[in-house]
Amino acid sequence: MQEIIKRLDAKRAAARLGGGQKRIDRQHANGKLAARERIELFLDPGSFEEWDMFVEHGCTEFGMDKQKVPGDGVVTGYGTVNGRLIFVFSQDFTVFGGSLSKAHADKICKIMDHAIKVGAPVVGLNDSGGARIQEGVDSLAGYADVFQRNVMASGVIPQISMIMGPCAGGAVYSPSMTDFIFMVKDTSYMFVTGPEVVKTVTHETVTAEELGGAKTHTHKSGVADLAFENDVEALFMLRRLVNFLPANNREKPPVWPTDDPADRMIGSLDTLVPDDPNKPYDIKELIVKVVDDRNFFELQQDYAANIVVGFGRMEGSTVGFVANQPMVLAGCLDIDSSKKAARFVRFCDAFNIPVVTFVDVPGFLPGTAQEYGGIIKHGAKLLYAYAEATVPKITLITRKAYGGAYDVMASKHLRGDVNLAWPSAEIAVMGSKGAVEIIFRQDMADQEKIDLRTQEYKDRFANPFVAGARGFVDDVILPHATRKRICRSLAMLKNKQLENPWRKHGNIPL
Amino acid sequence: MFEKILIANRGEIACRVMKSARKMGIKTVAVYSEADKDALHVQMADEAVHIGAAPSAESYLVMDRIIQACRDTGAQAVHPGYGFLSENAAFCEALEKEGIAFIGPATFAINSMGDKITSKRLAEEAGVNVIPGYTDVVRDADHAVEISSGIGYPVMLKASAGGGGKGMRVAWDEDGCRDGFERATNEARSSFGDERVFIEKFIEEPRHIEIQIIADTHGNIIYLGERECSIQRRHQKVIEEAPSPFLDESTRKAMGEQAVLLSKAVQYRSAGTVEFIVDAKRNFYFLEMNTRLQVEHPVTEWVTGQDLVELMIKVANGEELPLKQEDVVLKGWAMEARVYAEDPFRNFLPSIGRLVYYDPPKGENVRVDTGVYEGGEVSMYYDPMIAKLITYGENRDSAIDQMCQALDEYYIKGVQHNISFLNALMVHPRFKEGRLSTNFIAEEYPDGFNSAHVPQEDPVKSIVVAACVHRGFTDRSAKLSGQMAGHERVVANNWVVVVDGTFNPINIVPAPGGYKAVVEDKEYLVITDWEMGQPLFKGTLNGELICFQVSRERIWYHLIHRGAQTDAVVMTPLAAELHAKMPEKVAPDLSKFLLSPMPGLLVRISVKEGDEVKEGEELAVIEAMKMENVLRAEQDAVVARVATGVGDSLMVDQVMIEFE
Repeated sequence: MQEIIKRLDAKRAAARLGGGQKRIDRQHANGKLAARERIELFLDPGSFEEWDMFVEHGCTEFGMDKQKVPGDGVVTGYGTVNGRLIFVFSQDFTVFGGSLSKAHADKICKIMDHAIKVGAPVVGLNDSGGARIQEGVDSLAGYADVFQRNVMASGVIPQISMIMGPCAGGAVYSPSMTDFIFMVKDTSYMFVTGPEVVKTVTHETVTAEELGGAKTHTHKSGVADLAFENDVEALFMLRRLVNFLPANNREKPPVWPTDDPADRMIGSLDTLVPDDPNKPYDIKELIVKVVDDRNFFELQQDYAANIVVGFGRMEGSTVGFVANQPMVLAGCLDIDSSKKAARFVRFCDAFNIPVVTFVDVPGFLPGTAQEYGGIIKHGAKLLYAYAEATVPKITLITRKAYGGAYDVMASKHLRGDVNLAWPSAEIAVMGSKGAVEIIFRQDMADQEKIDLRTQEYKDRFANPFVAGARGFVDDVILPHATRKRICRSLAMLKNKQLENPWRKHGNIPL
Repeated sequence: MFEKILIANRGEIACRVMKSARKMGIKTVAVYSEADKDALHVQMADEAVHIGAAPSAESYLVMDRIIQACRDTGAQAVHPGYGFLSENAAFCEALEKEGIAFIGPATFAINSMGDKITSKRLAEEAGVNVIPGYTDVVRDADHAVEISSGIGYPVMLKASAGGGGKGMRVAWDEDGCRDGFERATNEARSSFGDERVFIEKFIEEPRHIEIQIIADTHGNIIYLGERECSIQRRHQKVIEEAPSPFLDESTRKAMGEQAVLLSKAVQYRSAGTVEFIVDAKRNFYFLEMNTRLQVEHPVTEWVTGQDLVELMIKVANGEELPLKQEDVVLKGWAMEARVYAEDPFRNFLPSIGRLVYYDPPKGENVRVDTGVYEGGEVSMYYDPMIAKLITYGENRDSAIDQMCQALDEYYIKGVQHNISFLNALMVHPRFKEGRLSTNFIAEEYPDGFNSAHVPQEDPVKSIVVAACVHRGFTDRSAKLSGQMAGHERVVANNWVVVVDGTFNPINIVPAPGGYKAVVEDKEYLVITDWEMGQPLFKGTLNGELICFQVSRERIWYHLIHRGAQTDAVVMTPLAAELHAKMPEKVAPDLSKFLLSPMPGLLVRISVKEGDEVKEGEELAVIEAMKMENVLRAEQDAVVARVATGVGDSLMVDQVMIEFE
């Protein structure tokens, strides 16, 4: 017995060293933490239970039978984040560059299967050079095994990817199917084909950072949700995100006690919307002042900033916020913002997170770039997402709600549960000026007449009462009472039950 | 007594006047410009009248509209506040014609004291000490040089119609005199529409000490002690106090009596201020008389126990002063700090915008005179003063302590503000000793103000507070629902606070009413009712009152205390060890660019592509808040690209010029 325990200890020690101290030091020198260090930071101290520490690859080609490292380049297991169960895998760049072998993939699949079975999130800490070339098709099979599980887990348990090193080629498709992708600045990149291949094929010269660095994916492509300064910040912020998420699609979002009164009045919101309809204001001020404890976790803040999405809490319980941002492109909907918000709404709907929508939208962005880019189908994604969602939906129109964009933004007609408006709301087909130019085209030559008509149109339609008269808004509320009204609405909707007709799956305009 | 008065002003002073009027049972009428529709003074008044567009020349300075507002509302008297029409004789006359009382002095006093040259002559005749100088109008630059050599350098060139530091230039030699004359004349013309300039001896080591007087129409004139306003930045007062730490009883009496003499000479009524410049030997010279209520009047009110606005209204109504000179007793010490919307770390550039958060300090020894509120706007059209913060104590030290505490509690977000600068002044040893001079700021901060000027108090306090805040967040997270039964989160007690790359181990546990912390074997007991999300961490640390402004940005806590900011991360010992391995990231080099330090209008670009510029050379001029701000080269460089053009509206941090 003593003998075997000694052997176990020796094996564990060897496994913990991964690719060896030298490689760990190099990892540190490159500004990256080792695979196990990352897990220790991410999980509650001492809560990690490691599995498959002794797994080795089965490859015999190219002399690989002589190179075996216990664990085979990925650390897997489960632990807790604030006491809540979570499964995690962390690729070890010090072992064969974190490359994915069949055995490596099997370890990931094992924890994913368990996570789906017990209903707990999976977090992947990605740091891998790609496929284990020596294994050839075995490695590709491994990827596909993981992909299939990503799809099976989608909408059942939250899946989160943290890219903390390279992630290229086929490897990107596992993170891409998870719910959130985060990246670490300067040390991570993601792309389907690397700079060398790009150069050969398209003759473009581009660095890995430009092609697929954190900035590219958080500003340009929208692939990543957030970028962090370094591994430590990334893992701490990941804990904070996990605090908002339910463990699976059968559970309600987690709750914590709060001292922030549900009926807190916010006087300064009465002056948030400027008198001048063309003057922007920061919609995030509304969100931050309305949520519990000023605690708002924004996602994709640098991408399609004309719409804001993120999580906050109301009376301790998670709520997803979607808001048009008048500060950027006047808050209009375009291809990027529609996709961004649609994906967020669908996540919330999948995981029973109520959606609160703040509307100040002048319409869809016009132009050939938008039309050629397929705004028709991309805009429809957001429409589809809102219409399909069965979670509690609360909508507040702060100012403009014009045209088709009004319909899209969680309107009453898309089964909005509680639709509210501030007195400054204007629910109309379009702005007064545009409307008058169409309706009274024959008077266009007479500026005086047009001004008069514009004023008439404004008086008649630039207010929340026409929509109110039809029941499209349930009530016109004073801005300072916004938090109270939303808290009460959420409380009222707590046991909402609504089911869509049975189907294999809907056909969202992808 | 009047039944209704109109306040021909805006902002804090309009609100201040209304408070006294309300106390006296008088109804109030506010006037407002387009930009002030939602302003506090409009909300406070019983009635409000719209008088025009945002620029003051189209609203607060338009006499006809204000008089029409009086007619329309039946206001029987007008209080002008300070600035705007407060020292405008034509306005008084116009009111008089309408039979509306002016709550201020008579036209003669305004006219004679409003002109610096006349006022100086009158003062001299009345037996008041005056500064040597040339009181007639200076003809041209040559004339200015001739006069200046007669008086002896340094000299001060001043706009005749001036005030508030505009149109003033000090010259140390002939070149400076010529240049100063041009500039003073230009500024005088643009600011006051009157280009007359005069010259006087410039006094070194000067202190600005002024006497508050109040007079009725029955020949009673008394002085209510002095105020020292030596702490000025570019001739704008920043800190005022009463009494002055410099005056002795006999100087005070002499100054007071001369002030009364001058007031008598111009048949003064109402509240007025006679400003003196005092040299190191307590020689005092008449500077000017302000025929209105001063911004800094609250410090006098606090140490005399009088309500100056109430007295002004009473004497305007023809009543006799309710007190005599011998009733005036100075008690305790009052300190006033002007809270401005300006960025002290960016050369005090004005800041405008929405007050996203605004929570002024409260307390029995604190008075805040303000015209703004949370959600209100600091507009580009008017003075960027947010509020006057006044504190009181039995003596100077205690008034300063109260001020420090109040500044800590002052919570403003949305616009930049000068609170850390005010804080730095309050703890400055020379200020505490009372060795003041109007050059104090220029001497103590010769290269401008920066964060190194904000002395860090005992850093352990920040460490303990950071740990408390983190413990608050962590304990909250540990209460999340859905934890694994029997394996719930247990929050550890040992943490490391990382500040400026130093690692500070701390043991922190919740204690009744707060937290108990141990740092380096020393125990700290923090009592606080702070809750996660609150911006002010108030409480006691080992019995001593503390107030920190706290915010969280990603994993960082930003703590502001006594004007100094501490950025801290609180981590487990293991995390701290790993955090130390993270590479430090260098911020991008912006020294190759000239960035606009403020929003404003570009009025001049002084360089073109390819120009070699020397350190200190003028690059561009931005106009903001009606002030021209000259941007100069910080080092020798070659201009690679000019990215903006004259007439552009600039945003903060917009690239203006790129260097090679």
